Amino acid sequence: MSNNLDLKKGLDIPIKGAAAPEVIKSVAPGIVAVKPTDFKGFVPRLLVKEGDTVLAGSPVMADKQKPEILLTAPVSGTVQQIVRGEKRKLLAVLIKADETPRYTDFGAKIPETAEAVKKLLLESGLWVSLVQRPYGIVANPSDTPKAIFISSFSTAPLAADTDFTLGDSLADIQAGVNALAKIATVHLSINRKVESSTPFHKVENAVLHVVSGPHPAGNVGVQISHISPVCKGEIVWTVSPLHVAALGHVINSGKLDLVRKVAVTGPAAEKTGYVVALPGTPVSEITKVEGDVRVVGGNVLDGCLLAPDSYLGFFDDQITLLREGREREWFGWAKPFRPKVHSSSWCYFSWLTPSKKYDMDTNLHGGPRAFVQTKCFEDVTPMDIFPIYLIKACLAGDIEKMEKFGIYEVIPEDLALCDYVDPSKNEIQAIIQKGIDLMIKEMA
Amino acid sequence: MADQNKPGLFEKGGKLYWLHSSIDAFDTFLRVPGTVTRRGAHVRDGIDLKRVMIMVVIALVPAALFAMYNVGYQTAHTYSLDWGFWNMFWYGLLRMLPLFVVSYLVGLGIEFASSQIREEEVNEGYLVTGFLIPLIVPVDVPLWMLALAVAFSVIFVKEVFGGTGMNIWNPALVARAFLFFSYPSSMSGSSVWVSKTWVPSLKGVDAISTATPLAIAHDGGVQGLSDAGYSFMDLVWGLIPGSTGETSVVAILIGAIILVWTGVASWKIMLSSIAGGLLVGWLGQLGGGIPAYYHIVMGGFLFGSVFMATDPVTAAQTETGKWIYGFLVGALAVVVRLWNPGYMEGMMLAILLMNTFAPLIDHCVVSVSIKRRAKKALTA
Repeated sequence: MSNNLDLKKGLDIPIKGAAAPEVIKSVAPGIVAVKPTDFKGFVPRLLVKEGDTVLAGSPVMADKQKPEILLTAPVSGTVQQIVRGEKRKLLAVLIKADETPRYTDFGAKIPETAEAVKKLLLESGLWVSLVQRPYGIVANPSDTPKAIFISSFSTAPLAADTDFTLGDSLADIQAGVNALAKIATVHLSINRKVESSTPFHKVENAVLHVVSGPHPAGNVGVQISHISPVCKGEIVWTVSPLHVAALGHVINSGKLDLVRKVAVTGPAAEKTGYVVALPGTPVSEITKVEGDVRVVGGNVLDGCLLAPDSYLGFFDDQITLLREGREREWFGWAKPFRPKVHSSSWCYFSWLTPSKKYDMDTNLHGGPRAFVQTKCFEDVTPMDIFPIYLIKACLAGDIEKMEKFGIYEVIPEDLALCDYVDPSKNEIQAIIQKGIDLMIKEMA
Repeated sequence: MADQNKPGLFEKGGKLYWLHSSIDAFDTFLRVPGTVTRRGAHVRDGIDLKRVMIMVVIALVPAALFAMYNVGYQTAHTYSLDWGFWNMFWYGLLRMLPLFVVSYLVGLGIEFASSQIREEEVNEGYLVTGFLIPLIVPVDVPLWMLALAVAFSVIFVKEVFGGTGMNIWNPALVARAFLFFSYPSSMSGSSVWVSKTWVPSLKGVDAISTATPLAIAHDGGVQGLSDAGYSFMDLVWGLIPGSTGETSVVAILIGAIILVWTGVASWKIMLSSIAGGLLVGWLGQLGGGIPAYYHIVMGGFLFGSVFMATDPVTAAQTETGKWIYGFLVGALAVVVRLWNPGYMEGMMLAILLMNTFAPLIDHCVVSVSIKRRAKKALTA
């Protein structure tokens, strides 16, 4: 059974630096970090101390409120350092990796019941890959979701090609889907562009949706809002195909193996391509960062800023390198033509060169202003919501209005394009996140 | 260069900190700020409000140029002066320049000062408002009145609400409304539309009264227009008396094309406003009035539909709301024209009234959508 979902609104950002589908290197990191900051709604409690030995799959941290939720080590080795920030906030546990990895044995067997699947997810540390909607936080093991959604592809700028990164893990993905289907109906969306060639269309035991359209069509949140919108009191879970494969791998082999192909992309990347690495691998081992360059974990729209001495995030299968755009352009806004700057607005002439890719940098291209033009938000939001009203409700902290305008359906990444197109340069994603944080606080 | 003064002097704590908004305004006018993204999307679109606003100004240029020519033409035509094209244009240019200067000096002065008080960057909104105001007044309006009107509208309609983006009514129209109600003798009637003040040879010559086609049609219908020598095409081309920028349908349509093409203004509002005007005009026509399409080409109807009603801040913001809002603007404007003994021109009041109701329209549209969503959730 498959359903079609054709989205028209949205925008594909034409940025230079796509990764060609080839592996350029494979990193066996000396140090691997486990970062609790990758997970929204996870409050860490340490389970290890410096000097402890861990196996790949051994628990390192647990959640304070729900101690059954664990973060596990992606490698075997010795705990080298516990990194804390301000107010002793736990930032990372650094593990010195063994040369030959040793694994915790989770027993290669197919979990028969929903409870067994949950137990396996919790023990292996893969539970944190389940993200709950509303709010985009780590799922609660005591909930039963309405459905579980997987988007097999990403439409984000320069996103990793999942057909390439996961194409040879079909058996694992199928095992993972089979397991998740024991908890709730699994919805898997596949990209129309590669409908016939993608290995994902062979996946069974899931409701398939064929999706087409510009970004954010590949965002699981956008797909949910069309397939089965989240209403008040309802819960759905989302999980990335990367972690479905990891779950399947645990089921098929008994080992937790989070190794992935990471797309190194962006106009400032010295060499684009795919690097085989673990989450927690130092960025400096994945790619060379030189000069005034920003490293983004994920894509340029909703990725997070990574310091050059930091580590690849749990969810990241992409890093993007961008020049910091600190230089000031004379009469930028007044020039008839600005061939180096992309604009989706027809006030500039980017529409004349639709296939051109731009060497984008991090310049804001303007100053912050009050909302003036707001139709641009609707043009890039293919959801049944009024973005500007939701944004204003979040700004006002009006819970009732936020509910009405669809706060349960969105997480910041779904409105990331609003950040991009806004001529008034408002921080839409930050506003939405603030609204979500308020909802969590008020609804608790 | 502006930024050489920047360190210390204009920063917080510096001696000239009280000037920093103004310095920033000039600085970012010349060069794009070097700010980089901190949160949210790491790359951003090249568009900013400066570009959006300058697009509106560019769209207004045809109407402004035509206005300059027409000001000279009307003077030459009315007083039978033997002027050529350039003579007429130069006269109009010289005559209109003070209006622009006063409008920008007073408006930007207040805008800069209040940005300074709020410690914000100066907003670009007044670039458009300041250009609009000289185009919607009679050319002979005394400059002190204009200054007063601009000050009133910028302070009480914009700044007290928090500046561009926060205002409820279109500031340019409020400036016009202020003039209209405070100094009606300088804003309406049949002696204000043709300028002769700056023509030396006309010193001492009695002013010839020239009614606008709108006024003529109001009293005499199409017959009255043709008796006065105005054909329908005259109204389209715009060599007629009226507020400076509003007369030429052709010039306004060029602006409309620019606005719609760049996506700066909503074509939905323009179209539905014209539809509303035509519908009510047709009703009036059934009752013995002038043909409906005359309403579109006369007076400030088209200028208002294209440049004023579409102001994204004061118009309806939902797409469905824009259809309703625009339609009501057009319909109400013609209603005022047809069934109102006092005022001939209804566009200004129609837009201001609909500005007031735009949030209500949006509220209704959004409420319907929320109800529909709730229903969908129940059936899902």
